Amino acid sequence: MVIGSVETLIQLAHDNNSSIGQAMVKQEAALRQISEEDVLAQMKHNWQVMKESIATGIKNPQKSKGGLIGGEGRRLYDYCQGEKGLLSGLNVMEAVSYALAVAEVNATMGRIVACPTAGSCGIVPGVLKKIQEMDDLSDDQIALALMTCAGIGMVIAHRASVSGAVGGCQAECGAASAMAAAAAVELRGGTPEQAGEACAMVIKNVMGLVCDPVAGLVEVPCAKRNALGASLAMVMADMALAGITSVIPVDEVITAMGSVGRSLPETLRETARGGLAVTPTGLELNRKIFG
Amino acid sequence: MSEYSCFDIIGPVMVGPSSSHTAGAVRLGRFARAIAKELPSEVRIYLHGSFAQTYKGHGTDLALLGGLLGMETDDVRIRDSYRLADEAGLCYTFIAADLGDGYHANTAKFVMKLSDGSEKTVTGCSIGGGKVLITELDGFPVEIEGIYPTLIDTHLDQPGVIHKITGVLVDYQVNIAAMKVFRQEKNTIAYMVVETDQEVPEEALKEIIAMRPVLDVKFIKPF
Repeated sequence: MVIGSVETLIQLAHDNNSSIGQAMVKQEAALRQISEEDVLAQMKHNWQVMKESIATGIKNPQKSKGGLIGGEGRRLYDYCQGEKGLLSGLNVMEAVSYALAVAEVNATMGRIVACPTAGSCGIVPGVLKKIQEMDDLSDDQIALALMTCAGIGMVIAHRASVSGAVGGCQAECGAASAMAAAAAVELRGGTPEQAGEACAMVIKNVMGLVCDPVAGLVEVPCAKRNALGASLAMVMADMALAGITSVIPVDEVITAMGSVGRSLPETLRETARGGLAVTPTGLELNRKIFG
Repeated sequence: MSEYSCFDIIGPVMVGPSSSHTAGAVRLGRFARAIAKELPSEVRIYLHGSFAQTYKGHGTDLALLGGLLGMETDDVRIRDSYRLADEAGLCYTFIAADLGDGYHANTAKFVMKLSDGSEKTVTGCSIGGGKVLITELDGFPVEIEGIYPTLIDTHLDQPGVIHKITGVLVDYQVNIAAMKVFRQEKNTIAYMVVETDQEVPEEALKEIIAMRPVLDVKFIKPF
């Protein structure tokens, strides 16, 4: 069956008396005619790659291929360990430092897991790694959370898009943030409904976010949009866990996001012909890199 | 709409920075290598559209070359492709070019010189999310996605050839998922592209190449 709505995801979870993540394991096993153990093992492998990409970006920061970013993840991580208290709290900022680190590894041609895309690859690993550390969770539990992410991502791909060229950055970093928020809710013991509320509240906050990469590279503003996505996911997950709901139901929110994406002009959909890409500095950087 | 796998959303594992400009480019290189059946001694790679404008910043050149060297999309050595190509004795040139109006913005054309002195050309585009489409083989228009095992044959355009080839596939219990035949003119040379559910065994390929109207046959695993 095609997973076309968050409502379907929640129903599947209730039918199995499980989380969305566990229901997605069953779905995937049935779709590909493999065992549930194999699905989880494959997802654990992807988690391994995600953790390695965080470690690489934090321990061995490098300048990106285009030269516009590099080392910000490490810088923030070090700042988090300092004595001066953080405004927004250690958990959020460490998650953000991990997200930045992975986005930087991507920009150095390092190995990452597209999640849902390469441009937004830092958000889900950043959030899940921090929650794993906070709550001392096993890799199996994180693999299940990644299945929750996959379920939400599928719905967004179906009702809207997960491509910046089609729907702008809301479709990439926005989708990743919504996926991470739903998974965070489940990891912290929230209900499938609360996971859906977190997803809705994230997307409401990134509605219309444009894709305007400087020089067409996956560097500026992409890395910092990964920072946005990771922090927003944690904030919205906490709000959902507190019992706050979205007035507009989640599936309607996702449909609206798709419609907003389609009405974005092409200049703001990954073409590097609008937004930050055509600021004086953006154009100057483009000239410097490509001559 | 088709059903997504969870691993379409959480995946693929790849080297960055871009699924279309890097991962897709690696796959185009891998396909060119499969067509050459060997590491060419020399390759000219024409880059069209967005590939021509931004290949340096996305490492598209490194990715195309890495694929041609046989690397997978998640191989971290891709960033060292120039050095590895030099070590392997592959002479390469990248040329930013306008291939014409009918080409996708992310198109690359490989012109490869092989050890027997012959030349092979492959043109393909990266259509997003790491997906690719091979659009020309030696100047013939084709459509190959590389998701299924694929049999590609060149034969003299005569009645009955397709029947004979598919007959061999039946004998080896290879199920056909999709097939297309391409030719430039009547009674000259035709290309046939057959996507299958199973891999085509070596013996079946031998039987096919032994047929008189068949000039060449290649089997390409999903790439």
